[in-house]
Amino acid sequence: MEALLEPIASLFGAAWPAVWTLAKIVAIIAPLMIAVAYLTYFERKIIGYMQVRIGPNRVGPLGLLQPIADGVKLLLKEVLVPSATSKGLFILGPILAIAPSLAAWAVVPFWDGGVLADVDAGLLFILAITSLEVYGVIIAGWASNSKYPFLGTMRAAAQMVSYELAMGFALICVLMISASLNLSEIVRVQGQGQFADMGLGFLSWNWLPLFPMFVVYLISGIAETNRAPFDVVEGESEIVAGHMVEYSGMTFALFFLAEYANMWLVSILTAILFLGGWLSPVGFLPDGFHWLAIKTSMVVLMFLWARATFPRFRYDHIMRLGWKVFLPVTLFWVLVVAVWIMSPLSIWN
Amino acid sequence: MEFKTFVFYLLATVMVFAALRVVTVRNPVHAALFLVLTFFNAAGIWLLLQAEFLAIVLVMVYVGAVMVLFLFVVMMLDINIDRLREGFWSYLPVGAVVGVIMLAEMVLVLSGPYFGLDAMPEPPAAQAGYSNTRELGRVLYTEYVYPFELASLVLLVAMVAAVALTLRKRTGSRHLDPAQQIAVKRADRIALVSMPAEKE
Repeated sequence: MEALLEPIASLFGAAWPAVWTLAKIVAIIAPLMIAVAYLTYFERKIIGYMQVRIGPNRVGPLGLLQPIADGVKLLLKEVLVPSATSKGLFILGPILAIAPSLAAWAVVPFWDGGVLADVDAGLLFILAITSLEVYGVIIAGWASNSKYPFLGTMRAAAQMVSYELAMGFALICVLMISASLNLSEIVRVQGQGQFADMGLGFLSWNWLPLFPMFVVYLISGIAETNRAPFDVVEGESEIVAGHMVEYSGMTFALFFLAEYANMWLVSILTAILFLGGWLSPVGFLPDGFHWLAIKTSMVVLMFLWARATFPRFRYDHIMRLGWKVFLPVTLFWVLVVAVWIMSPLSIWN
Repeated sequence: MEFKTFVFYLLATVMVFAALRVVTVRNPVHAALFLVLTFFNAAGIWLLLQAEFLAIVLVMVYVGAVMVLFLFVVMMLDINIDRLREGFWSYLPVGAVVGVIMLAEMVLVLSGPYFGLDAMPEPPAAQAGYSNTRELGRVLYTEYVYPFELASLVLLVAMVAAVALTLRKRTGSRHLDPAQQIAVKRADRIALVSMPAEKE
């Protein structure tokens, strides 16, 4: 690989590191965008099957070109900026929505060593970047200068801040037992232990000892991405589409892309933190990116499944779940894990 | 110029500009957003100092949580720009005092070489495998454990006080108790009665 790249590197000279990093960014973002586009297709198909419908089947074979058609349509539509809006912020809103959901991918390890930026504080970076996601919604809702977007903004701000706490505590448990903030290291630690030595790797992953945290993280992840049944931010039957009411064309599409990119992000993080990342579930099969892909797809499927199954939460119930159920449970479990690590029964040494 | 120096001046320029705009823009929401930009650039400068833990926590806590709640409140204000300038002259002396104190402190910090700060030894270069987060945690929980616990206690008291000051039981507000709703049995709601069929 290095030898192959040598002539290209000499071509760019001193600018090579920047060019090489840019190439890697494109190699991550381009497949992600395709995954995002096809997630919309799979969502409609899968929910269709769950509700005994067919789903999109007109554009291309099996409707496979539907996401492309949707994308082209959104690109060609006019971007309307209503006259009573705060112009600059109105455009800034969707940009700030999509930027963090792409920036977080910088520290995601796809296979052993396959990561754009192998930073030591990777988990902290993820937490910080995902906490910025709410700004897109807040700015969009306020800049729209309209009732429903503003209501959506208020809901989003309260909901995302509340569930970030539960999510943070779940991550604290993970980092306590991994003794590292580096995501690659967290995966590697999951590959060690009694069960891993017996060839039953899937029993040594974090989901088993941290099962309550796994469940809390998954549910908080759905709430953080504003997906059903927590989608009161854009609840169609109450506030039309929340912060996106005044948006059209590509500005609307950016919110949409951000939402689905966030779904992939939360899913891949669940797979990395709790389901062993690129590790193979059993000893006799090789590790690799394909395992991470399979696990991530399974978690995304859970998202779609939840959307097809549950009715929308009422807003006060969402707040109650976040503050009165998840926060005490996670706080207690942090304590349990801390005692567990220090006790002679510790399985992480 | 070294690349790092360039990045520092870029971050510093944007930060000073944003900080200026915080106090000069008319609209409080814009001011809050400029404050977010200021925090972000401050985090960048801390990253340049290899204090990645502090930098990321600044973004996480101040930008991700505190400023969101700030915006939450500021957005709901009924802004009347004409009245914002009212009382400017009466607030001026207090503002001037605060400003002069801050200016004096900044002069003291910036004139470090004059007061002999150079005599302090330079911090040793970080070794391989050095983790800013780990070192900070070690110091916090060993050397500074009492001040740290004390600070957390002060924060807890402030939190309880804030809740206690604002918590009011409204009379006449109706709310549902989910536990009660779940515990409902069929017999509580439905009564089956047998009666003879009636003719019209």
